[in-house]
Amino acid sequence: MQHFWDQPLSWGTAAIFAAGAVGVLAFVLFFVTYAIYFERKVIGWMQYRKGPNRTGPLGLLQSVADVAKLLLKEDTIPKKADKGLFVLAPVLAFVPSFAVLAMIPYSMNLQFADLNVGFLYYIALSGITTIAIVVGGWASNNKYALLGGMRSAAQMISYEVPLVISVVGCVMLSGSLNLREIVESQAGYFWQWNFIPQIIGFAVFLVAAVSELNRTPFDLPEAESELVAGYHVEYSGFRFAFFMLTEYVYVYAIAALTTLLFLGGWNAPAPQLDFIPGILWFFVKFAFIVFSLFWIRATFPRLRVDQLMGLAWKVLLPLAILNIFLTAIGIELMR
Amino acid sequence: MENYINSYVIVTIFLVLGIAFPILVLSLGRILRPHKPTTAKETTYESGNDPVGDSQIRFNVRYYLYALMFVVFDVETVFLYPWAVAYKQLGLFALMEMVIFAGLLLIGLIYAWKKKVLQWNSI
Repeated sequence: MQHFWDQPLSWGTAAIFAAGAVGVLAFVLFFVTYAIYFERKVIGWMQYRKGPNRTGPLGLLQSVADVAKLLLKEDTIPKKADKGLFVLAPVLAFVPSFAVLAMIPYSMNLQFADLNVGFLYYIALSGITTIAIVVGGWASNNKYALLGGMRSAAQMISYEVPLVISVVGCVMLSGSLNLREIVESQAGYFWQWNFIPQIIGFAVFLVAAVSELNRTPFDLPEAESELVAGYHVEYSGFRFAFFMLTEYVYVYAIAALTTLLFLGGWNAPAPQLDFIPGILWFFVKFAFIVFSLFWIRATFPRLRVDQLMGLAWKVLLPLAILNIFLTAIGIELMR
Repeated sequence: MENYINSYVIVTIFLVLGIAFPILVLSLGRILRPHKPTTAKETTYESGNDPVGDSQIRFNVRYYLYALMFVVFDVETVFLYPWAVAYKQLGLFALMEMVIFAGLLLIGLIYAWKKKVLQWNSI
């Protein structure tokens, strides 16, 4: 992709970029299909069950069958719902989740948009999904949906603050917001990856990221036992599928960002292992993060809502700000 | 310069594709899925009971307080990022400035904490 960047823009290069974007979309859809399959499998194994194993060999076609089912389901829109907003919400949720993927570098030579704002681009766009969730909850004109939507908004904006501030430490160490330069600054042995010098930032980022994804133990917006399904109670068929898809596309984005910001991106754990292509290292770390998300889901019970908000403002935010000053003092001492 | 323009083109392509994909799939679904609405199907879901009253009520004021706190700290991050990118060139003086700036905001956080804004009491 890289050498097309420096060529003057023509229809040819634009077509290549468009083909790349379609490739990313196809890859992400493949990822989502099998992430859902593995999530069910992994949680099944952790609970001494088998997980899906009937559709296709080893149940491999289970998610495909689910998608086909959702596509063929009748799409009901409640009479009291605000029809325009109801239809808009799933699309509004999906668009930023996909646009975010434009700036993720997979290896030294495979990145789509080379944005100097890097991480800020992610933050700016992922905020729009919060609006989509509130719109979905409001437009449904359903009590569960409204409560779920409002809780979701409160949770997502609360956890966005520590998420954003925890990354400042990484930015200070590399002196750039560009994700490729952040990865380059982590080259060398694995103890030079940001997760060791930035251990507080890493911990805050992980907790805040799991919460931003609305996953267990922070899945209060869709707490099944009290809110049925949260903001998407009234959605059926493929509109529901788009909310689900958005959630998993963000899993993809967060796993990639964790890898890039804290786990050295495509760098090998030791320079001696450089003969293995970087993209492989990237996806090994990426898969580990995705697995950890499933693992967390199978392990922890759900928090109470007051504990959830208390954690964001009273624990994570002070820790994230402390991390910035510790990093600054560290840089001063190293000078 | 080309790099700069091309990056914008790529972001636009992702954006357009992100909009086109749901529209395409949802209109494809319209051909495939059945459409037989009845009044029972169109009622609002409320655990099997007939829905009572309107749902689009006023929110609890607490949500607005959290939104205000969010705005305060999000604006802080807007200042933090340029500072962090340039920190290695700026040195100790910039650090002191940031200590004062973050200190002022932390006083605000402590104030909100003491005022029990961060206390979640019902719903």
